[in-house]
Amino acid sequence: MYELKFNNNLCKTCPTVDCLVKCQYIDLDKDRAKEEILKISEGKDSFVLHDCVTCYGCEEYCKRGNHPFYLITEMRQKKGILTAPRAITKQWINIGEPQGKFKTGDIKKKVLSFGFMPEFLQLVQGRLFDDVMPSYIYGQEFFCNVVYIHFANTAIIKERLPVVLDNFRKLDVEEVVCMHDECYGAFASLAPAYGMEVPFRPIHYFEYLYNRLKELSNEIRPLNIKVAYQRPCSSRLSSDKHHFVADIMQLIGAELVDRKYQNENALCCGDMFGMLSGYDLRHDVQTRNIDDMVDSDAEYCFFNCPACQNTLSEKVAKKGIKPVHIIDLCRMAIGEKPEVEV
Amino acid sequence: MSDIGHTLATIVGENYVSDKKEEAYFYARDPGLMPDHKPDYVVLPKTAGEIQKIVKLANKEKIAIVPMGAGLGLTGLVIPLKGGIVIDMKRMNKIIEVNETARYAIVEGGASQGFLKAYLEKNYPRLRHSLPDAPPAATIAANVMIHGQGRLAQQYGFNSDMVSGLEVVLPSGEIGHIGSSSMSSDWFSKGAPLPDLSGLFLGWFGATGIITKLALRLYPKKKMRDVDIFITDNENLVPDMVFEITHTEMAEDVLIFTQPLPMMFKDNHHVSYYITGDTDEEIEFKRKMIWKALERFIKSKDGGFMSVPPLMKPTLLEMPQRSAARLADVKKGGGFEYSGPIIMVEKYPECSRKLVELSDKYDLAYSGMVRIIGRGHSMMFGFAFTFNRADPDMMERTRKALKEVSDYVLEIGGVFWKPTVNEQRMALERMDPNTRNLMKMIKNNLDPNGIMNPGNWEVN
Repeated sequence: MYELKFNNNLCKTCPTVDCLVKCQYIDLDKDRAKEEILKISEGKDSFVLHDCVTCYGCEEYCKRGNHPFYLITEMRQKKGILTAPRAITKQWINIGEPQGKFKTGDIKKKVLSFGFMPEFLQLVQGRLFDDVMPSYIYGQEFFCNVVYIHFANTAIIKERLPVVLDNFRKLDVEEVVCMHDECYGAFASLAPAYGMEVPFRPIHYFEYLYNRLKELSNEIRPLNIKVAYQRPCSSRLSSDKHHFVADIMQLIGAELVDRKYQNENALCCGDMFGMLSGYDLRHDVQTRNIDDMVDSDAEYCFFNCPACQNTLSEKVAKKGIKPVHIIDLCRMAIGEKPEVEV
Repeated sequence: MSDIGHTLATIVGENYVSDKKEEAYFYARDPGLMPDHKPDYVVLPKTAGEIQKIVKLANKEKIAIVPMGAGLGLTGLVIPLKGGIVIDMKRMNKIIEVNETARYAIVEGGASQGFLKAYLEKNYPRLRHSLPDAPPAATIAANVMIHGQGRLAQQYGFNSDMVSGLEVVLPSGEIGHIGSSSMSSDWFSKGAPLPDLSGLFLGWFGATGIITKLALRLYPKKKMRDVDIFITDNENLVPDMVFEITHTEMAEDVLIFTQPLPMMFKDNHHVSYYITGDTDEEIEFKRKMIWKALERFIKSKDGGFMSVPPLMKPTLLEMPQRSAARLADVKKGGGFEYSGPIIMVEKYPECSRKLVELSDKYDLAYSGMVRIIGRGHSMMFGFAFTFNRADPDMMERTRKALKEVSDYVLEIGGVFWKPTVNEQRMALERMDPNTRNLMKMIKNNLDPNGIMNPGNWEVN
């Protein structure tokens, strides 16, 4: 059985308790925060277990690598504290169930993982991916299942993720470029935290894009546009790769606007909040987030996660901001035309 | 061709009458599971006057006549059970008038749903009618004749409730006007404040007359339309959820579906509702009212709003929806039939359990499709099964399952919608004898020769 590697002592000696102090959805001072995180780590009840909105932010705020959000998730599951309505959880578990309908391209040692997001079948096009495509995998059989931490269900992850890793093992690949943060987070963060062996080197697609753009630097024509980044919850699982956002924007000549809700302070797209808790939180977060983009004079809102894009595209467009995926933004910079008109 | 055939040709023209086998083959059946029966003649009249002559001829010859729209009802209502003449109404497809301020349209008896929709979109973009989720070729007259339901059912009831006038060729061959049109050129009411005679025809499946013209109420068409889906794994809570949604008076259409495939729909009940508005603010206000009304279910973890992917929205928003056509091919072979009783919303839990029970018992793929009628006043619960038409055994299992549905519906207080002939018999047997006698008096007085769509509502 896989167990989370969590070190209580790291929390006891933590000078900042940033995991909870920095939380944007729970208001706690340092002393109270320490009290609560220790209660959680000792298996006691805490209001945090009931009020956490699953933004994943604490995984980034903790600079000691102690996985506070995985701990919260584990404890919620142990105590039977549901984050989402049962029907929503069931639906997501059903969606991710392997059905033998996966797709693979011409598999090489290096492969692109689309996880189970059909959007990538459209998005991944052009010269940026020339050196890997058509080496790709797509389908539930390669779905990281990390999304279930939103639903406080690590049991399903422990059941399915080892099978997914086996499926990769059978492909005999050496490097997997993960097109989604959760996918990368699964192999670079969550699997090791649970002691699962990952049989390949995971590469974050930001890093891949950055390197490809460097290779194609002669073809880059600066976009000269102002852009706001919609940072997804899942990027908190791989915060060490977040710097590539600014690096890529610099390469393609796009100005990242300075806004209130950026980097560690980024706000979620709100889709999960709607499912978990209803109207108010979703509406409040989306309104603050988009107003902030407008106030910062962003012309484009670029997305990393297709789910965020699905949730916010129409809303930002109605405010006069063009929604675009970061891949399409990069393609525009090398003179390619995205499939979806921006 | 016989003498009757020649006479029919003199009435409608040679090109519009046929007794050929190939025509009879098609007019002998509908897309459902009912056994076929061939007509002797098929005619396509162009005017009410021609229909009058056909009806008079049928009376004289004591030959059956069956008025037919697009023949899409699935339950055999236009299969000529006793042969005779099928009157195909397709050529009477004009939209005669649209009164924009009084919001009604007058159409001929063969005008189709799709035609009226397209006509309004082009000429009256602020008006709409309650479009049923039937193929666009379905006719307006046939739909109100079977008490169909459409996209505005939750707000305004059955489509037949939206009729505001009728012109009917009576079984005697005379023409009758029903409602305000009986004493005015304005077709704003099918009854009130006069005695409402529309009940002599609506729901009778052509057994008391043939609708040659009708007025249908139109409603405001907003610029925007959106859909949300609230899901629960507890069928017992669905009636409460519907009550809360309808209480807000913010929703346009309210539908519920439950089905095991695709996987994302497994294990749950999906209450989908539509909201409309002329502005984003109007849409958001309505959405907020409904989300707030359902908040208690979210708090108790009994239900929640699913994320509706953009790829799914066009399918959900299209009118009419083609999901039934997709369901029909789940088992390959294009077979689909449902029994859709009208029943109290509080019976949803037991109906949904029965559906699963029958699906297991007869090894059939299923879908439960529900449309709320009025503000939760009733619902159409569609027990839908899909089958392969090339598999006689599967078809027989479907027939058996639907027969069980019929028995079950009566048992729990439901009323058949567009009932098969067998279900009509069951309904008449169960009905209050005085009501049955009243129907008998109406039928025998209007159609003493029993020529009008015989086999249907056989009160004698």
